[in-house]
Amino acid sequence: MCGIVGLFLKDRSLEPRLGELLSDMLITMTDRGPDSAGIAIYGAPATGLAKVTAQSPNPTADFANLATDLSGAGLPARVTEKNTHAVIEIAADRQGEIRALLTRLRPSVRIMGAGESVEIFKEVGLPGDVISRFGVRAMGGTHGIGHTRMATESAVTTLGAHPFSTGPDQCLVHNGSLSNHNNLRRALLRGGMTFETDNDSEVAAAYLTAEMASGKDLGEALTGALDDLDGFFTFVVGTRTGFGVLRDPIACKPAVMAETERYVAFGSEYRALANLPGIETARVWEPEPATVYFWDHEKAA
Amino acid sequence: MPVFDLSTTPLRELNSALHGLEPGTNDTRFEVVNPRGHHAVAVGIDSPVSVEVHGSVGYYCAGMNDGGTVTVHGSAGPGVAENMMSGTVIVEGDASQYAGATGRGGLLVIKGNAASRCGISMKGIDIVVHGSIGHMSAFMGQSGHLVVCGDAGEALGDSLYEAKLFVRGSVKSLGADCIEKRMKPKHLEKLAELLEKAGVTGVKPEEFRRYGSARKLYNFHIDNADAY
Repeated sequence: MCGIVGLFLKDRSLEPRLGELLSDMLITMTDRGPDSAGIAIYGAPATGLAKVTAQSPNPTADFANLATDLSGAGLPARVTEKNTHAVIEIAADRQGEIRALLTRLRPSVRIMGAGESVEIFKEVGLPGDVISRFGVRAMGGTHGIGHTRMATESAVTTLGAHPFSTGPDQCLVHNGSLSNHNNLRRALLRGGMTFETDNDSEVAAAYLTAEMASGKDLGEALTGALDDLDGFFTFVVGTRTGFGVLRDPIACKPAVMAETERYVAFGSEYRALANLPGIETARVWEPEPATVYFWDHEKAA
Repeated sequence: MPVFDLSTTPLRELNSALHGLEPGTNDTRFEVVNPRGHHAVAVGIDSPVSVEVHGSVGYYCAGMNDGGTVTVHGSAGPGVAENMMSGTVIVEGDASQYAGATGRGGLLVIKGNAASRCGISMKGIDIVVHGSIGHMSAFMGQSGHLVVCGDAGEALGDSLYEAKLFVRGSVKSLGADCIEKRMKPKHLEKLAELLEKAGVTGVKPEEFRRYGSARKLYNFHIDNADAY
């Protein structure tokens, strides 16, 4: 099954409540997937800084002195520990260096996502537990997506949890299963993409990253996905300023959307949306199969 | 008149109360408030009770209904009125996928639009949709009537048996073995009856086209191998 949620705020006065609203939406979807949960929050970017969310199986050992060790290696950094994750802030123009440096300094650390604004937190466990471990409720932001997983295609591990992030400020959650992911993964590997897992959804994320790297916007990349991805999917995708939704042409996997003057919201079920402010008068609809929906803070008037 | 507030009362209490109704009871009208997308609201009714649901519901609302009248003052999630035996289910808003699936009898009225697979494997139910329906609707429909005042999506009536389909607007495509058929007086009569029962006004039976089975796929025939 899996449960997915997304919230894209139009009204800036709701931004401090993003974490709280998205947390409640995801917790409502708990019975669609008990294996693992994750959330991506797009917060306010700090000028000139990049954020890297890292995860470790030994967080106490790995994150203690990490800032000192990174600085010692020539990359000044601020490290904020959050349970098994840490958000590492570095100069934006030096993002390319961190992956190699972490591999050398902290071999067991994995990067969950990176960019100007995104922070990604995911772990094995129920949404309520994962959310409280990382203090997601207190986080503000402009938009965010979340996922609770019932695994079908690969192991139940932290890295196999969603959202998957394969490019700067990009992430994807998926309900469904892809049937051509192995072939597509080989093609993307040849094109220079790297993968952390055997998961089909990571391939979808990498596909969109590769398409956007070639100059497409999110909407165009999603349109291409309809031809290039085979299988069942409902995707919710985030970029630094954008938020997209796509369902495969058969559209077995459920999806409900709601839009008001203040937000655009996505849920696997209406239950996930039922607590949002003003839902009683929102436009509520089921996204059409094989139809790209996307919103962008920069393109919105 | 019992009122169940699903924000404070477990769903099972509502459904147990509905299942426990004895013949001749005075509790013939139930109200449900704050359904908030709950699954399985008012399933398994087997007495002539009426249930007014104020808000939107999740999966399988009014499933297996046998003789009750359930009105959803909101929208319904997947599988509303699934396997209905008899009675009436009215959705004031939209319905998600497979509305009325496998229904054996009764009337399902959807005042908004229905998503994909509306009436899939229908077996005697009558479904009237005021708006439009999605793809693969009435797939393998065996009997009953599907009336659509708006448009139908791709592959309408794929592998159809004897369900009768009436669409007023456009049909994106017909499924395998589904063809347009001539509208006869008996069909217009039935359509008029269903439109009236479903509260459709300002729409004439003559505005619809009828679709049904070409009956070529009932039994395996090697010449039809491409169509299976």
